[in-house]
Amino acid sequence: MNATVDIWDEFTEGIWRQNPVFVMVLGLCPMLAVTVSAVNALTMGLATLFVLVCSSGLVSMMRKLVPKEVRIATYIVIIATFVTVVDYIIQAVSLALYEALGAFIQLIVVNCIILGRAEAHASKNPPIPAMINAVGMSIGFVIGLFALGSVREILGAGTLFGVSLFGSNFQPWVIMVLPPGGFFVLGGWLLFFSWWARRKQRTQAGRTGEGTQHA
Amino acid sequence: MTQPLIEIRSAPHVKAAKSVETIMRHVVYSLLPICAFYIFQYGISALASILVVTAACLLTERTLISTGTQAGRLSDFSAVITGLLLALTLPPGFPLWMGAVAGIVAIALGKALFGGIGFNVFNPALVGRAFVQAAFPTAIASYTPSFLAGRFTEFIPSSLALPLMMPATAADWLKAKNLDALAGATPLAKWKFDGVMANADELLTSLSGNMAVGPAPALILLCGAYLALRRFMDWRIPVAILGSAALTAWVLFAIDATRYPNPFFMLFSGGLILGAVYMATDMATSPVTPKGMWVYGALIGLLTVVIRYYSGLPEGVMYAILIANAASPLIEKVTQPTPFGRGAGIGRKRASYPLNPGYISREEASAVTPKKRFLHRKPKK
Repeated sequence: MNATVDIWDEFTEGIWRQNPVFVMVLGLCPMLAVTVSAVNALTMGLATLFVLVCSSGLVSMMRKLVPKEVRIATYIVIIATFVTVVDYIIQAVSLALYEALGAFIQLIVVNCIILGRAEAHASKNPPIPAMINAVGMSIGFVIGLFALGSVREILGAGTLFGVSLFGSNFQPWVIMVLPPGGFFVLGGWLLFFSWWARRKQRTQAGRTGEGTQHA
Repeated sequence: MTQPLIEIRSAPHVKAAKSVETIMRHVVYSLLPICAFYIFQYGISALASILVVTAACLLTERTLISTGTQAGRLSDFSAVITGLLLALTLPPGFPLWMGAVAGIVAIALGKALFGGIGFNVFNPALVGRAFVQAAFPTAIASYTPSFLAGRFTEFIPSSLALPLMMPATAADWLKAKNLDALAGATPLAKWKFDGVMANADELLTSLSGNMAVGPAPALILLCGAYLALRRFMDWRIPVAILGSAALTAWVLFAIDATRYPNPFFMLFSGGLILGAVYMATDMATSPVTPKGMWVYGALIGLLTVVIRYYSGLPEGVMYAILIANAASPLIEKVTQPTPFGRGAGIGRKRASYPLNPGYISREEASAVTPKKRFLHRKPKK
């Protein structure tokens, strides 16, 4: 009973409480660069999911073998291996997508979510919880990327997944496909989530009683 | 029986009865003639544009104040000024829904995000304009000539574009009115892209018509003079901006008269006068020290001319003011006057204040007391 709660906890940590994008604000570089459209955002998210889950599992399995002094180098080698795999897979499946994402697939190596998870979680936990946590984290990252990518695509091109939403006479907001648009939308989402979290806190404080009123 | 009353209070003892609200109200008064003449030039499209943009600003301000995210009151008139100025910088035929977007962005992003009135780093109206210029580059560059026949009975077609939809192009509409497409270009764009110069009286009053000019510079100068005389605005900033722009343009004109236009054209075309008188003088975003005002104005004038001459854009006032806004805390810091009694000379000390003042973030300021002070020199032993 207790173990399943822990597993569930590991899984949901990344989706909501420690969402890599909206709570930890990590991995902003691919976040801002590739979220011009929803398809790009999803591909990037899935690539990150693969790399994060595989590397977390491997790092966790090797956690007792790797000396402390060389652990970062080891993690990077492990992550780079999986990034290379994902890089070739995307290139083989869709060249157009590969060109749209550009260097950002290779740059998953230096995505701080992956190294951060390896260092903070996978190196201290057995493989199964580490991988479950990694899946949760990646889903949280995919949600973040998709939230950004869909808004930017809808306003920047009037489409979602390439499907036109407003007809041919739509006026595209050029700024949304430019870097400032990424910052504006990300800021908007951060504002929304912090407002939501604060409201939740307030209703919870109201429910627990009057004692917290003055806190 | 009457006891002599001794009132004890601290300085200042002599003060003018000027509140923020009074100043803002007078700025609105001085803007009204400019708006009226602007409507006379461009007809009901301009009127609708002014009304929609100002309403968008006021609604946003009202919403954000009522949710408690922003300081200030609706009655302080600052949102009205933002709205009017923003509408005056947009083309008269700018689609109304885009104008509303500009107004919302101006208040929400340019002002409320920083904490409301008095806290904004950049001029809110220019933030709104910069946003729509980046978002809708074609719409913001399509001007229509002034004093068209029938301007009070019919809208410029692009004004009435449906929300989120592309506006109709003005070219066909102008052709139906027997005007060539060049009539829709601003004097600056005409000079930059076609090498055609407008003559002086057209620029000054824009009365001769068929010119895509903004609000009349002569009228703006007059209204600005009223504000400066009543001390609602510091005269140094506009004088510094116009002086530095004229000087830079004159030097370049003297070097190569065929390549660069004359300084007069530089001063009275585009939005330089409006920017110098109404935008750059925003009290929250310009330096308070007299020396700082000169530096700030000179920077704007110089940047405007540089952007106009050497960049892809025909007009540079907006970015020049925004850049100078960003630099203004620094300008203020290095132009602090010597306090009375400190004297001049070797032992002279500048007034200094902490690098992270409390008003940036209250939590930070209470958590960390700044130890190092900027520009603070240790006394010599």
